[in-house]
Amino acid sequence: MSESGGDRYMLEMQGVGKWFGNFCALYDIDLQVRSGEKVVVCGPSGSGKSTMIRCVNRLEEHQAGHIFVDGTELTDDTKNIELIRREVGMVFQHFNLFPHLSVRRNLTLGPIRNLNLSKNEADERAMQYLERVRIAEQADKFPSQLSGGQQQRVAIARALCMQPKLMLFDEPTSALDPEMISGVLEVMVELAQDGMTMVCVTHEMGFARQVADRMVFMDSGEIVEVAPPDRFFSDPETERTKLFLSQILSH
Amino acid sequence: MTIVGTHVGSRRLPPPHARTPLLSRKSPLFSLVQLAVLLGGVTWLIYSGAQAMEYNWQWYRVDRYIYRIVDGEFIFGPLLRGLGVTLEMAVWSVFLSIAIGMVTALLRLSNSASGRFLATVYLEGIRNTPLLVQLFLFYYVLAPILEIDRFWAGVLCLSFFEGSFASEIIRAGLQSVPRGQYEGSDALGFTKLDRLRFILLPQAIPLILPPMTGLLISLIKHSAIVSVIAVADLTTEGMNIISETFMAFEIWFTVAAIYLVITVSLSFFVSWLEHLMKRHR
Ligand SMILES: Nc1ncnc2c1ncn2[C@@H]1O[C@H](COP(=O)(O)OP(=O)(O)OP(=O)(O)O)[C@@H](O)[C@H]1O
Ligand SMILES: [Mg+2]
Repeated sequence: MSESGGDRYMLEMQGVGKWFGNFCALYDIDLQVRSGEKVVVCGPSGSGKSTMIRCVNRLEEHQAGHIFVDGTELTDDTKNIELIRREVGMVFQHFNLFPHLSVRRNLTLGPIRNLNLSKNEADERAMQYLERVRIAEQADKFPSQLSGGQQQRVAIARALCMQPKLMLFDEPTSALDPEMISGVLEVMVELAQDGMTMVCVTHEMGFARQVADRMVFMDSGEIVEVAPPDRFFSDPETERTKLFLSQILSH
Repeated sequence: MTIVGTHVGSRRLPPPHARTPLLSRKSPLFSLVQLAVLLGGVTWLIYSGAQAMEYNWQWYRVDRYIYRIVDGEFIFGPLLRGLGVTLEMAVWSVFLSIAIGMVTALLRLSNSASGRFLATVYLEGIRNTPLLVQLFLFYYVLAPILEIDRFWAGVLCLSFFEGSFASEIIRAGLQSVPRGQYEGSDALGFTKLDRLRFILLPQAIPLILPPMTGLLISLIKHSAIVSVIAVADLTTEGMNIISETFMAFEIWFTVAAIYLVITVSLSFFVSWLEHLMKRHR
């Protein structure tokens, strides 16, 4: 994968640090993600995985280091933040769909307001992505009328409608009933095959083996290990990774 | 169990709660009787009190102060004209206090320290000084500076007063929208204004509306205070009539009844609206 990238990274984090009060949630995070690359982030609960990817689109503000998205540094400037957010899609554990809007409107509002698409263009785009996540027939329902798995696929389609350069996933399947998970993972695998740049926080190790170019293991706010999936799973370097993997794979 | 001496046979009795005896505490008749006794008692108290004062009731003279019909033409009496002024003030003040409340709520929720400070100063200032003093400030200090008349001095004073309550209502409504909605809209790159307009307010308004109507009703009641700066509202007109006619009891009862009719019909209208909104999802 890496040979396809130029000298610019799609995402680059340099020495990123983040504190909640005195508690250090991220410490000296360095991570480079090339265009088209898929990175899966795992680690124990509270290790800072969510915090790390939430810094990328400024849902959390980093206090040290630098973050670049496609070469543009993320700064305090409101316009800059808005522009970067429009290029970075995010899928949340709890979907965060807008309950007062139909599925279609959930998908079109962003492109209409933030990408200046006309209503027709946005509608067309919305239907295209709804078909891609295989729920085009639900376009006029409201989120509460859909199953969890369907809602999460709508949320993915909503992020894709902004045609982002980079997609962030924060445990997209961990709030779902087991029988709903595969449908969402399928969509994510297809997205990966289409060449999307992805950073996924997930404990779905089957998915990780299938799509990840690199595995990132975090513990206590630090990146402990980065490795391609086959080496990561078969021959982890650190004891902490071994312990984590033994715990998670025993399930 | 049943009345002695009658043959009940095999007839089944309805379950006990379905048989509310006419004079049990749950029957509507009971509440009506209760209300009638209460009203009767109050009326009697007032009446006998007035008798003791040798008060001269002149209800027959009241209607001309509400309206007159001269040559088949309907003419508003001073009380209805005063009501018009009260309502006009209320309408202006409602819009202004919602606007003030909105701005204050947004300032308080903003991450600008000076904005939050400004909002806090306003809220504490309004809450911790008497409304009457605020009115005098608006009328004697601000009105000459801004070159506005007594009507607008009253409207502005009421708006800033009720605006402090409106801001709390709006703030509570916005804060009750789940965090995920803020994050979901932020992740799509909405501007703060768009986020408010398309995502937050539509979800907050059903929560804001009921207490906001309570505010409208208290605004109509509080508006009576402008009579002290001689705005010709319902209360002022009432006082004027009394000083001419000395019919204090009749006119004050009438004025109170007019306020009551307006506020009660407003609350009915609002619950009907809420009912409609609930049916529309
Ligand atoms: N808003 C916040 N205020 C204070 N502490 C926070 C806040 N958000 C996160 N933290 C703390 O920062 C640490 C990292 O949190 P984070 O949510 O990034 O962990 P995570 O790796 O995503 O865990 P999980 O697997 O449970 O989602 C945790 O110890 C958490 O308690
Ligand atoms: Mg997390």
